Amino acid sequence: MKMTYIEAIKLAFDHSLAQDEKVMLFGLGVGDVGGVFGTTLGLQDKYGADRVFDIPLSENAITGMALGLSIQGFRPIMVHQRSDFSFTSAEQIINQIAKTEYMSNDRYKVPIVIRMIVGRGWGQGPTHAQAPHALFSHVPGLNVVAPASPSDGYQLLRAAVNTDSPVIFIEHRWLHQTTEEFVPNDAVPNIASSKIVRSGNAATLVSLSYGVLECLKIADVFDFFGISLEVINLRSIKPWDQETILASAGRTKKVAIWDIGHKEFGVTAEISHVIQNALFGNLLAPVERFGLPSEPTPSSPFLAIAHYENLDRALLQLNSSFDFKINPGLLISMREKLHPHRSIFQDQPDVGEVGPF
Amino acid sequence: MSDIGNILKLLSPLNSSDVLLKSYTELMYIREVETLIASNYAKQQFRCPVHLSVGQEAVAVGVSSNLRLNDKVVSTHRSHAHYLAKGGSLFRMFAELMGSPSGCCGGRGGSMHLFDDEVGFMASIPIVGSSTPIASGLAYAEKMLGAGHIAISFVGDAILETGVFYETMNLAAVKNLPLLIVIEDNGYSTYADKSVRVPKTREIEKLVHGIGLNFLSGNGDDVTEVAQISNIAIREVRKNVPYVLQFETFRRYEHCGPNIDDSLGYRTESELDSYAQRDPLEVLKQKVFASQCSSNEELSSVDSLISKYVAGIYEEAVRNCEISISALRQGSSA
Repeated sequence: MKMTYIEAIKLAFDHSLAQDEKVMLFGLGVGDVGGVFGTTLGLQDKYGADRVFDIPLSENAITGMALGLSIQGFRPIMVHQRSDFSFTSAEQIINQIAKTEYMSNDRYKVPIVIRMIVGRGWGQGPTHAQAPHALFSHVPGLNVVAPASPSDGYQLLRAAVNTDSPVIFIEHRWLHQTTEEFVPNDAVPNIASSKIVRSGNAATLVSLSYGVLECLKIADVFDFFGISLEVINLRSIKPWDQETILASAGRTKKVAIWDIGHKEFGVTAEISHVIQNALFGNLLAPVERFGLPSEPTPSSPFLAIAHYENLDRALLQLNSSFDFKINPGLLISMREKLHPHRSIFQDQPDVGEVGPF
Repeated sequence: MSDIGNILKLLSPLNSSDVLLKSYTELMYIREVETLIASNYAKQQFRCPVHLSVGQEAVAVGVSSNLRLNDKVVSTHRSHAHYLAKGGSLFRMFAELMGSPSGCCGGRGGSMHLFDDEVGFMASIPIVGSSTPIASGLAYAEKMLGAGHIAISFVGDAILETGVFYETMNLAAVKNLPLLIVIEDNGYSTYADKSVRVPKTREIEKLVHGIGLNFLSGNGDDVTEVAQISNIAIREVRKNVPYVLQFETFRRYEHCGPNIDDSLGYRTESELDSYAQRDPLEVLKQKVFASQCSSNEELSSVDSLISKYVAGIYEEAVRNCEISISALRQGSSA
């Protein structure tokens, strides 16, 4: 069935709560009239206020509460409407949740999901738009996933809830209105598997979350010129699917990684190191990477143009680094034809909701 | 059977069902463990920081005397007394302090992360403030499970200086959690006394009441008083009425380590002088003698039995650790 990302997440919550009465869902906005962008609407009525509830604005205490619940056999899902808010509970996430299985000599299971939303665009600015997947991936003991589509969102959320270890679920705001045809069912995939979303042979583009959509657009443009790019949706960042990515990189011998977070000390750095270590000498070009510069995200749409990666810059860079030899002007005009931007500022997604949000 | 259960069984020829004698035995057991750690620390067998509970044992013993096996306790960096009073395995504790794979955390946690979930001692959390939220989750779970068990968070007085403590009290109040928070007020945050930490006129009781929880306080040197006060609170907590208790106590040793640090001068002479009189073992002894339930000789025989028992477990832990050491030696010479 065809559904939006929002509908897919809500369905995954619904199915998880129905499948196991130990599953709980709470966070700011869960149970209120907004229902966290509509993803939790109606669930409190269906499953009761003991299991599905809004919280006092005490993220640190509530996250500790989730840990206490989890070691008693419950499976709590904690929701943050912005990933940035989760940092108030960094103590519980990093010092406690990530270490509990280890410190207990693996006696305790810690089945917690912390879902956090990356709020890019419309002036969200320095403290409402961060994508902290690399930060959490740096902490041993945490799993980190980042879906890129409605089916991804559904499957990864179900898989995360079924995982006996803590999972940070990173959700990009710009996916919310995307739609996809798929069959939601109980067949939950391996949480650590990536997905080749487009096959190709000229180069491999690795990405995650909303970045996958950008890479697919890049692939569309090059495809017009007879250059087929392979696009891999990472899905899980920690652990990540080295096998699939190294196999693809070994075939295409040219790799670019597109992240929605900062480049320095981030996902692109880690993956490119592993690729270059494994395939040194076989690659036809150094691994390219796209991501955010080491500055906070600006609110201003004028400033955000330079802050975020953009398709045209990436097309030109890949054309040159990978020696595709396409006329740059043609490349840009084809992008404008295939994937026109809705706004000159690019502070809204090109599909779906236009803001303000 | 737990170690304390074993000891009480060994004592059964004596009148060990007597409440005072039972408390005395538990206090003495914990004291013996702690002083053994202190006096053997220089041998470098215990290879991690230790925050000893000497002086503070009465709070652990008094509160735990009202707890059931399935009540869930969370402690702090100063966890030994709480762990032992709840019935935690002494062998696994010694082994953990030695870094042995036989330790309760397999050597991964050390003194500051003791736990024994088989007796409901769920975790020791050495980041001040972080333990109580986790206890609130245990309490929430018990409320959902509905078996009448409760969660207990033992904390030090410095928790009142952390923000998350207020978050958690508010959470316990709004959710009616079966949570008991026990503040062991030893007056110091490492070396810092309260003058640099809290306003002089602040009353904890008003703070706790203001946020919507119930509050009782008492003399933490007196195990009988601790047991009585906590009994009142725990009966309410089992009905999902959260409580905060505060007991004044004192820490005889340094904040962290095996030594008495009186020479540093951060505690006044008169305060240090008061410790001998305030010692929970002495306070209890006076009650025992007054009630005539046991004689001095009987208490001495209890002391020596405990001493032998604890020394036996210690030697077992040392032997166990030596097996790992010789395996390491063989590995490195291979």
